[in-house]
Amino acid sequence: MATERKIPDLFNYAMFCGGCGHGVLVRLICECLEELGQQKNTIAAIGVGCSCHLKSAINCDLVQSPHGRAAAVATGIRRAEPDKFVFTYQGDGDAYNIGLSETLNAAYRNENLCIFVVNNSNFGMTGGQMSWTTMPGQKTATSPRGRDTSKTGEPIKIPEMIAYSFKPAYVARGAVITPAEINKLKGYIKNAMEAQLNHEGFSMVEIMSTCPTNWGMNPMIAEKHMIEEVIPYYALGELKKRGE
Amino acid sequence: MKAITDKQRCKECGICIHYCPKKAIHMTEELNNRGYKHIEVETEKCIGCGICYTVCPDGVFTIKE
Repeated sequence: MATERKIPDLFNYAMFCGGCGHGVLVRLICECLEELGQQKNTIAAIGVGCSCHLKSAINCDLVQSPHGRAAAVATGIRRAEPDKFVFTYQGDGDAYNIGLSETLNAAYRNENLCIFVVNNSNFGMTGGQMSWTTMPGQKTATSPRGRDTSKTGEPIKIPEMIAYSFKPAYVARGAVITPAEINKLKGYIKNAMEAQLNHEGFSMVEIMSTCPTNWGMNPMIAEKHMIEEVIPYYALGELKKRGE
Repeated sequence: MKAITDKQRCKECGICIHYCPKKAIHMTEELNNRGYKHIEVETEKCIGCGICYTVCPDGVFTIKE
């Protein structure tokens, strides 16, 4: 049954590359904020990297955090303005490599925050260097022969670490790939937001996204690569459900 | 229900063309104001399912009567 679909008023023209998964994610966040009535009651803390483009993409109050410190900045905002809805928007380089301490500390304290981390398995903004989440054998600007896991370690899974070590309200991993997965991802985002609105505590959603520009692939080949190579390692789904 | 497009938002990625179940979307040779080629919907083939809206990263589509 066909239904009317309209781009949310919060969603602007975004400066992301063509085919980048960030755009879909920002639209889903805008839709969920509107459906929960939080469009005029939101403050976002944004990380450094491709996530900086959220400034152009969304019409809500924003704070540009120092590199990796979005979770700490959001904690401050949340404590000063307990009635506001607060979320962070970060990439894997920002939230994991550079800001692991802030991300883990916010989860450890069970701060009442939403953290959205876009994992595109490289440092997108600076030209596609190897990050913690780069897949074994993946060629990047700083691993031209493919990632050698014997010297650089295995790809990291922070959401599992948070879900199984601490007591967060909600942790999930979704992906911007097929229409079905995008619809599931919207459910995860909405659950994370509702967890904050019900004062349940820390919620985190990791979003697996393609990076066609830095992977050197067209968007559809990048998506196929993602389904075949990346998703089997980073299993999708809810790692910690609400109320468990 | 039909898909209405805002060609100025299009970034030529072609994801909608791949997912359209009726193959109603194609890329044109024209450039928009930002210098990208943009897509076009063949209204007579469109069934208004909204899959293009779901997968589009740039908010090109609106589905309405």
